[in-house]
Amino acid sequence: MGKDKLKMLESPWKILGTVACAGFLASVSFLPAQPKPADSCVACHTDLDESLTRQMDGDIHLERGLGCVGCHGGDASQSDQELAMAATRGFAGRPKPAQTAAFCGKCHSDAGFMKKYNPALRIDQQAEYLTSVHGKLLGQGNQMVATCISCHGSHGIRSVSHPMSRVYPQKVAQTCGKCHADSGYMKSRLPTDQVAHYGKSVHAEALMKKNDLSAPTCNDCHGNHGASPPGVSSVANVCGTCHTRQAEMFRQSPHNASFQQLGQAECLVCHDNHEIAPPTDQMLSVEESGTCADCHSEGDKGYAAAQAMHRSITDLSGRLNEVEQLVTRAERAGMEVSRARIGLSEGHDALIGARVVVHRFSASHVKTETDRGMASARKTRQLGEQALNELQFRRKGLAASLLVIGLALVAVFFKIRQIERK
Amino acid sequence: MKTTSEFEHQTTAPPELSRIQAAQQWLRHRLGTAPVEEMAGHKTVPVHRHTIWYYLGGMTLFLFSIQVVTGILLLLYYRPSAEEAFESVQFIMTDVSFGWLVRSIHSWSANLMILTLFIHMFSVYFLKAYRPPREITWITGVLLLFIALGFGFSGYLLPWNKLAFFATRVGTEIPRVFPFVGDFIMRFLRGGDEVTGATLTRFFGFHVAILPALTTAILGVHLWLVQSHGMSRPRGTEHENDREMKFVPNFLLRDIMGWLVALGILAALAAIFPWELGEKADPFVPAPAGIRPEWFFLFSFETLKLLPAHIWFFEGEALGILGFTLGIGFWLLVPFLDRNAARGLPSRGFTVIGVVVVIYIVVMTAIGFWS
Repeated sequence: MGKDKLKMLESPWKILGTVACAGFLASVSFLPAQPKPADSCVACHTDLDESLTRQMDGDIHLERGLGCVGCHGGDASQSDQELAMAATRGFAGRPKPAQTAAFCGKCHSDAGFMKKYNPALRIDQQAEYLTSVHGKLLGQGNQMVATCISCHGSHGIRSVSHPMSRVYPQKVAQTCGKCHADSGYMKSRLPTDQVAHYGKSVHAEALMKKNDLSAPTCNDCHGNHGASPPGVSSVANVCGTCHTRQAEMFRQSPHNASFQQLGQAECLVCHDNHEIAPPTDQMLSVEESGTCADCHSEGDKGYAAAQAMHRSITDLSGRLNEVEQLVTRAERAGMEVSRARIGLSEGHDALIGARVVVHRFSASHVKTETDRGMASARKTRQLGEQALNELQFRRKGLAASLLVIGLALVAVFFKIRQIERK
Repeated sequence: MKTTSEFEHQTTAPPELSRIQAAQQWLRHRLGTAPVEEMAGHKTVPVHRHTIWYYLGGMTLFLFSIQVVTGILLLLYYRPSAEEAFESVQFIMTDVSFGWLVRSIHSWSANLMILTLFIHMFSVYFLKAYRPPREITWITGVLLLFIALGFGFSGYLLPWNKLAFFATRVGTEIPRVFPFVGDFIMRFLRGGDEVTGATLTRFFGFHVAILPALTTAILGVHLWLVQSHGMSRPRGTEHENDREMKFVPNFLLRDIMGWLVALGILAALAAIFPWELGEKADPFVPAPAGIRPEWFFLFSFETLKLLPAHIWFFEGEALGILGFTLGIGFWLLVPFLDRNAARGLPSRGFTVIGVVVVIYIVVMTAIGFWS
């Protein structure tokens, strides 16, 4: 047998050996390094409806290690459906609306449990919810009212501070509006234009357009878990949470007692509730465009007070505008006006102060503030005028010095000519 | 009673001097200025088509004198601490009689001085006035330019305003790229790890003591060399004619005309565009947009900004600083490198380098302004 034949006989063995080795290596390399714990919930529900498990993307509970079993109970290690979803293994299934608060409260009302995840989170949401209009109606058997999941969602719940959360400040109005702006859903039980009105308000402007997350949205006035409309007598308290000075002034005002007597809703009488427009000085006017004229007529004390307050504030505002123009003119001409700017800012502070004191509805108190502003405006005007006078002086001085320099130049020029002629 | 001979002596005595002449003679005898006067009397300036460039040195010196006088006046009110610096400059600008004028002239004159310094230096470069025996005159001149830039850098921070504060923070950060000594230089300049009141006090010290002392010494040598070597006659003008003018009074009077024009320009700039004060520096607020150094540092700042973060294995900024350092070394040693000029031959290579440097500075400064 020649060497070539021997080689041909050897080659099939080589091929077989190579294939066997490769197969072994491949099987070894594809084996998982460690067996993963099986989650039968995910496995089965992905098979049934993949979108359900995908909903959990970004879920705060899942991120903290709480899977399906964390809320629904059961045993995810069992591959058998019966065993995995057995009541004996704590399976709670899908809660009915009436059960939802307790379902979430299992953990969220448990201080010890919450400490393991988020010790800063309050644990009274369930208790508060039961005091809310939603909770009370639910207790009365109304299954249409909002429960935890109506606002927070069921799967894919994100932290409140996450911009994709349904209860992120800029999303709250939209979330509440899902039901409260739906006339079909509300069935005339409540008006459904609140969200539209809120969208036009100064608060929405600050929150949505200026991205000021401290600006109020629905839950800041109505409460979140304990949501309810503020009663007539508590409106000033609600608004006063942020507008503290105004609320303090209002309580000292003659309107406080009279509004309570008349059952008027305090701040809302002038400012409206959802469509709160940016306040203007014009609101104090006793003309038709003003708010005071809605209730007060010529001859009554309120009418005179409104007229006086309006005059004080518009006078100061107008004076500050004049002085601002004067100072700007001097500044544009290159004059140093930083002190005048400080005076102007003091004047503006007094104007803002006067606009706050208006809530006391006392012309003399407003005048005290505007007088302070007027004094600053006078002082600033003086500084502005001094700057402009100084500017004139500098220009005249420049002209005079250029004249002297020019004469000196001519003199030197003739001196040179005189020397060089010799 | 007087004798006849005494009367004769009186009648033959030289005519009586005027009071001014008598005072001059009195001083001359006591100060021994006769040799200086003689030297000034004999000093001449060549007259040719490039004579105009001779006035730039005198103009720079005049603006420097204005800096000294206005600087001393500002010292009467300025307080070098982070708590008081801004307020004291504000006080100078608003309350001190003609304080605005003194400060505005000081700032405008500083900028004009650096401009005339650059023009003076490039005119000397292109006319090859650094040829032997004026090598040391050139070196002292270049050193004076760097000292002037040091004056500009240290003076910029003194009003303690926001823009200057952040520009100084960026500027003092740059030396950090030097290996081994970078951190030390930065801390030495700042008086700590950050730009603080300690930096302000330190910059004030540089501005009013260290740099003036250096300037006095180097300027003294520079002026003495200029006087002893006389004005350099550029190559190619030897055959124009041998016209000369006397330094005193012909050239000096022309110098004075230039100084009067400069004074007029300064007065106009100070009155029409008084130097801004800006906002007080606050280390805790974020840096404002558009921080940039004074115009004379803009070309180097822009270069460092445009360099990529890494060039080969090197940090772009470090390479840029290395390039500038080598460039400065080259510039200082030009009189020794330009052999042709030293032999009185044309040296076009160095002229081309000079033109490239000027175009580079102008273009990068323009990009810095409009970017």
